[in-house]
Amino acid sequence: MSSTIREAAGPVSFPEGTGAAGRIQSRPARRRSWRKSGELALLLGPATLLFVGFVLVPIAVAVYHSFYRWNGFAVVTDFVGLHNYSFALHDPDFREAVVHNLIIVALSLLIQLPLAIGIALLLNRRLRGRGLLRLVVFAPYVLSEAIAGVIWLLMLQPDGFVDRVFRDAGLGGLVHHWLADQRLVLYTLFVVITWKYIGFGIIVLLAGLQGIPAELREAAAMDGAGSWSITRRITLPLLGPTIRIWVFLSVIGSLQLFDLVWIMTLGGPANASDTMAVYMLDHGFRRYQFGYGSAVAVILFLICLVFSLLYQRFALRRDVEGALTRAVG
Amino acid sequence: MRGHRGLAAVAGLITVGAMLAACGGGSGSKSSAAVATGSVEDVGNVSLTWWHNATADPGKSEWEKVARAYTKAHPNVTFKIVPIQNEQFTSKVPAALESSNPPSLYQQWGGGAEATQVQSGKLLDMTPQVSGWIDQLGPSAKGWQVDGKWYGVPYDYHVVGFWYRKDLFAKAGITQPPTTMTDFDADVQKLKAAGIVPVAIGSKDRWPDAFWWEYFVLRECSQDTVTSSIESSSFDDECFTKAGDDLKDFMATDPFQEGFLGTPAQQGAGSSAGLVANGKAAMELQGDWEMLVMPSLTQDKDFASKMGWFPFPAVDGGAGDPKAALGGGDGFSCTSKATVACPDFLKYITSAPVQTELVKSTTISLPSNPAANGAITNEAAKTALSYLGTVSYNQLYFDQALPTDVGQALDTAVADFVAGKGSSKDVADSVANSKAP
Repeated sequence: MSSTIREAAGPVSFPEGTGAAGRIQSRPARRRSWRKSGELALLLGPATLLFVGFVLVPIAVAVYHSFYRWNGFAVVTDFVGLHNYSFALHDPDFREAVVHNLIIVALSLLIQLPLAIGIALLLNRRLRGRGLLRLVVFAPYVLSEAIAGVIWLLMLQPDGFVDRVFRDAGLGGLVHHWLADQRLVLYTLFVVITWKYIGFGIIVLLAGLQGIPAELREAAAMDGAGSWSITRRITLPLLGPTIRIWVFLSVIGSLQLFDLVWIMTLGGPANASDTMAVYMLDHGFRRYQFGYGSAVAVILFLICLVFSLLYQRFALRRDVEGALTRAVG
Repeated sequence: MRGHRGLAAVAGLITVGAMLAACGGGSGSKSSAAVATGSVEDVGNVSLTWWHNATADPGKSEWEKVARAYTKAHPNVTFKIVPIQNEQFTSKVPAALESSNPPSLYQQWGGGAEATQVQSGKLLDMTPQVSGWIDQLGPSAKGWQVDGKWYGVPYDYHVVGFWYRKDLFAKAGITQPPTTMTDFDADVQKLKAAGIVPVAIGSKDRWPDAFWWEYFVLRECSQDTVTSSIESSSFDDECFTKAGDDLKDFMATDPFQEGFLGTPAQQGAGSSAGLVANGKAAMELQGDWEMLVMPSLTQDKDFASKMGWFPFPAVDGGAGDPKAALGGGDGFSCTSKATVACPDFLKYITSAPVQTELVKSTTISLPSNPAANGAITNEAAKTALSYLGTVSYNQLYFDQALPTDVGQALDTAVADFVAGKGSSKDVADSVANSKAP
């Protein structure tokens, strides 16, 4: 695919820019190059400005503040070097938060991924009420995080909706203090996160499944392949690029997890459900330690950046050959 | 190669950004703002941007009414009112005070947080404008002073105490609210024996936990110790550790509702306020806003008449004054964006007729101007108010009185302690340790 585009693009970009004609008619060539720069400036300029203003400069400002002890109000003067970073890396609460993020990442990959693939495969079949089922599965994703968080917070209170459902189903023994038990709270949150975001994974995978030509499956069936082996040897490998993109989004999302945790537990009880982003807001904004909060933000940013680059370099390379990988490598 | 050039460009941008930031942060000293004195009419047309925390009625429309009435009296002053959800002030105010465009007046709870905000140089020193009339708000208004200057004015006061169900107390055979901790413990057992959850607490939100620890501190430490320890941000007196031990002993009696560590303070019928409003728990240690929060959490239209109030009991052998109260209040600060119209508007808000109206509309519960006390009708609130008149001192909540970083670290340490993490000593030490980053 990409090579065809490159070949096709050649003559369009440089129709007569080389050779004798180019050397003799230097003035029109220069005009063309001015025109080209103008076009580039016009098309890329606004986006570059926005990107610089709203992404790069804020990152730079955060890096700058992270070297200071600063409460957000006074003049920024108290330079502390890397102290904020070393404090964060030595703070047991922050380390705990990092571990919680990693647990969420691992659980997402181990539980959400197979679940999403399974449901997507089911919903890709012809079955009655498929449209409705797809809608139902996708609905939680459309809800705002704040609303979903409050709904679950209320449902998970002792003797709340969830407990009553368990009791009425004769499973009263399974009732726990979902949000109050320090050993359980992170996993309770993971269930809510799964409920909230699985719809997105399913829709992405369904879109991927639509892209797999039916002929391949039919041909395999004609060759005598059973439905399990068609799924395993035809569907899943062809779904690879979609799965890899989902894994990327899921890991980044898990590392930056914030809204639901903040609303449902504030990272508690006793930091048992703290994440890096919750820790950052708690220390940065609530404690007015903006310099320290910036350092935590930079650490979170670096973790995500390193993961993104490595993942693009090694996992996504085949899928986006010629686009990102060339610029990186 | 392309990749390296790209990186170099990014590095360059970061350097430029850092330099820009350095210029922005370093220029100019940050002394506090001041305005010329004079009458409101002299300043010409003024538009005041007003951030308050009443995002729902009755407060929301009541403040609109107050603003309209003021504009009617002073046609050159108009308002742009922006109701902001209470918790958002912690993030919005710092950002606004760093910008060149802060609101003209905004919600202010006084104490150490106000002192931190004053460092921005954007708060208006209102001393010349308010000194003629602010005495009518009583000694509690001093919580809005920083270094003897007025940077904020309170429009209501709060006192934390026990809001209890008279019907459930009667059911458990308790005839009188307890006055000592020993009685209190006995009542907890009576309530439990009657199958009633004795005490509700919203530990998910952390600050309700802090009320408990702070009241034990007020009972264990003398006023001098409390004042000087808050001033120096060091809680190394032994009485602070003793307060933690008291709380631990109390928790050992298992007084709270099931799963209280995950309970929110004010959201839904399952919140601590909701449990009391619905008769599922007998009492809660809370501020007087409890009576304003509860109506939306219960179907029982008659719940208010079942509510009573009593102060935090005395602790046997404690060095603290049993008459010391924990509380605070709501107020507003003016910024450099405001003119003389802003302090004048605060004078209007705290005037007797407006205060009476605010109480009647249940926008506030305990007015800062005692001239409006007669408007309070709820019995429990009346009890709280008359108690406030007899206290030896009304200590501002510690998290508000201390610098913000220290106060929040303390709240977290107390919440951890209530969840079983850390010792009594750790809680007291958290105040000194919070300075570390």
